[in-house]
Amino acid sequence: MGMTMTQKVLAAHVAEGATVRAGELVMAKLDLVLANDITAPVAIGEFPKFGRERVFDRTKVALVPDHFAPNKDIKAAAQCACMRAFARAQDIENYFEVGHDCGVEHALLPEKGLVTAGDCVIGADSHTCTYGALGAFSTGVGSTDAAAGMATGEAWFRVPSAIKVVLRNAPRGWVCGKDVVLRLIGMIGVDGARYQSLEFTGDGVAALGMDDRFTIANMAIEAGAKNGIFPVDDICMAYLSEHGAKPPRAFAADADAEYEREVEMDLSELKPVVAFPHLPSNVRDVDDAGDVPIDQVVIGSCTNGRISDMRVAAEIMRGRKVAPGIRCIVIPATQRVWLQAMEEGLLKTFAEAGCVVSTPTCGPCLGGYMGILAKGERCVATTNRNFVGRMGHVESEVYLASPAVAAASALAGRIAMPEEMK
Amino acid sequence: MKTRGTVFRYGDNVDTDVIIPARYLNTPDASELATHCMEDIDQQFARTVKSGDIVVAGRNFGCGSSREHAPLAIKACGVGCVVAASFARIFYRNALNIGLPILECPAAAEAVEAGHTVTVDFVAGEITDETTGQRFAVEPFPPFMRELVAAGGLANYLRNR
Repeated sequence: MGMTMTQKVLAAHVAEGATVRAGELVMAKLDLVLANDITAPVAIGEFPKFGRERVFDRTKVALVPDHFAPNKDIKAAAQCACMRAFARAQDIENYFEVGHDCGVEHALLPEKGLVTAGDCVIGADSHTCTYGALGAFSTGVGSTDAAAGMATGEAWFRVPSAIKVVLRNAPRGWVCGKDVVLRLIGMIGVDGARYQSLEFTGDGVAALGMDDRFTIANMAIEAGAKNGIFPVDDICMAYLSEHGAKPPRAFAADADAEYEREVEMDLSELKPVVAFPHLPSNVRDVDDAGDVPIDQVVIGSCTNGRISDMRVAAEIMRGRKVAPGIRCIVIPATQRVWLQAMEEGLLKTFAEAGCVVSTPTCGPCLGGYMGILAKGERCVATTNRNFVGRMGHVESEVYLASPAVAAASALAGRIAMPEEMK
Repeated sequence: MKTRGTVFRYGDNVDTDVIIPARYLNTPDASELATHCMEDIDQQFARTVKSGDIVVAGRNFGCGSSREHAPLAIKACGVGCVVAASFARIFYRNALNIGLPILECPAAAEAVEAGHTVTVDFVAGEITDETTGQRFAVEPFPPFMRELVAAGGLANYLRNR
């Protein structure tokens, strides 16, 4: 029996020429271990218990202050200080200081070329699955696993079985990666891929740019998946080359690989969607959303804070105004995206439309800061979770959508289709 | 290795944002996290939970973020075991890694009600609802997992070996 793409990548990190099968427990070598200002302090506390003085490889650990950075309060400052001190003591090559080419971790690491096709990556953040867009095996873990990974350069895994997601044709109009992944989560549910890989394939992959693929892989966790993974094609290779990534190892699923199930999606039939509170699977077409007045819009995050997201939002907002009383917060995900958005005039477009533009941070996505919701308030967000209390008060509401729908909603003051903004 | 206590019962898809809201993640201190555990779905939980008590829930418990603060907060509340129909994979791993015993048991998750007194025997692999007398078989904890939990988690367990 053949192996899935995920199994191939894992096997290559067990031993050259190894084969693995679903359900098997394996110890795999790691190419990168990631933690952020929330998860690193716990990992750093655990690290000495593993009996190693130094991390396994100072070039293969990435520490990113992004969740509550720039420091939101004294306690958050202490957490960032803890991570900074550890990075200095361990001479960590990939520690990124706020403002110094830093940003939201899952937008930042691919941009810096730190992940390449065929890599095996763990990160103490659930959205570490983002790098599956680059043909890597990449999954979120807790702080203890991250500490063990930093100490030993290895992690154990239960080899996942897979769901094959066949994407057909090209998306139309304003439909983008966010609509694809939200619709998929709506179809299979928030535990539909629990413990499994989502393996994306089909001719529709070629119709999706890298930013769309990052968005889709990023939200694999929202279906409970261990990872999401995309084939390594010319578009992926061009991205890796452009960002100076290490030489890629392109793995592909065997022809006789086994899948738990197959899901087919015709991208040309998709419409812009929105996930209603309080689960990412609570998906409806925007056309069927009804009249939902809102208070706030957030455009950004590791899901949708990349340059193409900024361009789409700006295209809709150019020359128009955010509806009276609506707060629209735009957060380019990295310093480089911020700069590029400035050079392209996008930040000016946002500011003139009545948005506030923040420097990179995860802030509002997880209800940290920079856009917390009061009781009863509603927000359309390009982020990834709409759980109870996710962005603030327990009686606030988050509606997940694409940058296009979010921008249109900011202008309309209610959940709106991009086509309405003419 | 056993735990005995009162049941706190929740539904499906209890996510890490309600187990410990991100607004409290500006500290890694488990005892401080414990004071806010579950507060967005159950304001009484952190105030009333006692050592040895048991959380029973439906499918996909612990979905969402990878924050280890979630099982740390539950453990620091004194919870002796979480029994659920199923667990999200990162939470499952994190809970055992920090020494919080958890068990998958769809039958118990379905039948056991809030307020019941329940005993969990990790060696025999049995959950007993003392209020109703119902018993549920679960996979017993192998010796290494009992040692790991007793050591307080993976890091201590590995250091002790």
